[in-house]
Amino acid sequence: MISALSLILAFQLVGEILSRALDLPLPGPVVGLCLLVAACVLRPALANRLRPTAQGLLSHLSLFFVPAGVGVVAHWPVLRDKGIGLALAIMGSTVLAIAAGALAFQAVARWTGTVDPSALKGRGDD
Amino acid sequence: MTDPALIWSYLAQGPLLWLTATLVAYVVGDALFRAARRQSWANPVLIAVILLAILLGATGTDYTTYFEGAQFVHFMLGPATVCLALPLYDNLPRVRRALWPMLAGLFVGSGVAVVSALVIARAFGISGPVLASLAPKSTTAPVAIGIAERIGGQPTLTAALVLLTGIFGAIVVTPLLNALRVRDWRARGFAVGVAAHGIGTARAFQVNQTAGAFSGIGMGMNAVLTAVIAPIVVGWLG
Repeated sequence: MISALSLILAFQLVGEILSRALDLPLPGPVVGLCLLVAACVLRPALANRLRPTAQGLLSHLSLFFVPAGVGVVAHWPVLRDKGIGLALAIMGSTVLAIAAGALAFQAVARWTGTVDPSALKGRGDD
Repeated sequence: MTDPALIWSYLAQGPLLWLTATLVAYVVGDALFRAARRQSWANPVLIAVILLAILLGATGTDYTTYFEGAQFVHFMLGPATVCLALPLYDNLPRVRRALWPMLAGLFVGSGVAVVSALVIARAFGISGPVLASLAPKSTTAPVAIGIAERIGGQPTLTAALVLLTGIFGAIVVTPLLNALRVRDWRARGFAVGVAAHGIGTARAFQVNQTAGAFSGIGMGMNAVLTAVIAPIVVGWLG
């Protein structure tokens, strides 16, 4: 687990250095993600070695957002001041963006004949 | 016995107390989420944030002090983002086949997220720095903060709006896409990743691995696209 974590941190570190050195629009961890995918393609054994640790971290991805989430409290005065406008903008645009994005994806998948039957939701799933 | 006030002032200075509180709040949130049969309204992030906000208020602790302890948890966001490479790698054959649907979902989802948020906010008289802070709210927090800085927004306000967007998206995605009868896990995951970044992705992983992988890709692609379109739309509506 420690060796897997060291590798993951090393990819993040290289990603961070590249992001800053090349002035990329992507943050370091996202660059590290892209590098790790490329490394797994070149050496599939790497994916098997990292999978248990990666799955462990990803199964609690929600936890890592909690400290930043508490930061909302620090902005309570502004959020309350412009509350209705900001709330409706966030809720309205999120509903519209999810619906429009999913429907566009689905329509183009049907149109280009790339619907994947193994990736369809069953009736019993939630 | 030592005076409880002395123990408190000792604990309030170190990271142990608020690190423990963050983990316990999440364990409680996760337990309630499971008790609610993993229904999306019982979002574990939302429950943990509310519990911690009450605790900070009750003990008169400010966010800076809290964050000194909680930063260790916050730091793990980076490695966890790198780990999204594994589900992406495992789904690579699926991803290659879905290139055109992904591009369609990306441009439509990202465009609608930025334009509709700014149009609605303007209708309520919001302008200037607050409007600019709102524009990148669907992108992952570190990128959103960078975009907000460039277009004259307030970075910390942006961080709060990003979080609210993520939590709302994670709560609304399942009932919304069920009502629209979207059964494709790829479309469901991708759309929530584009509109609600990492918190939407965390929700997608709770439901389905393929949805989670596509959500991670949607989040990454949207980070790049929003960096391009947010300044244009803000210039046009702001």
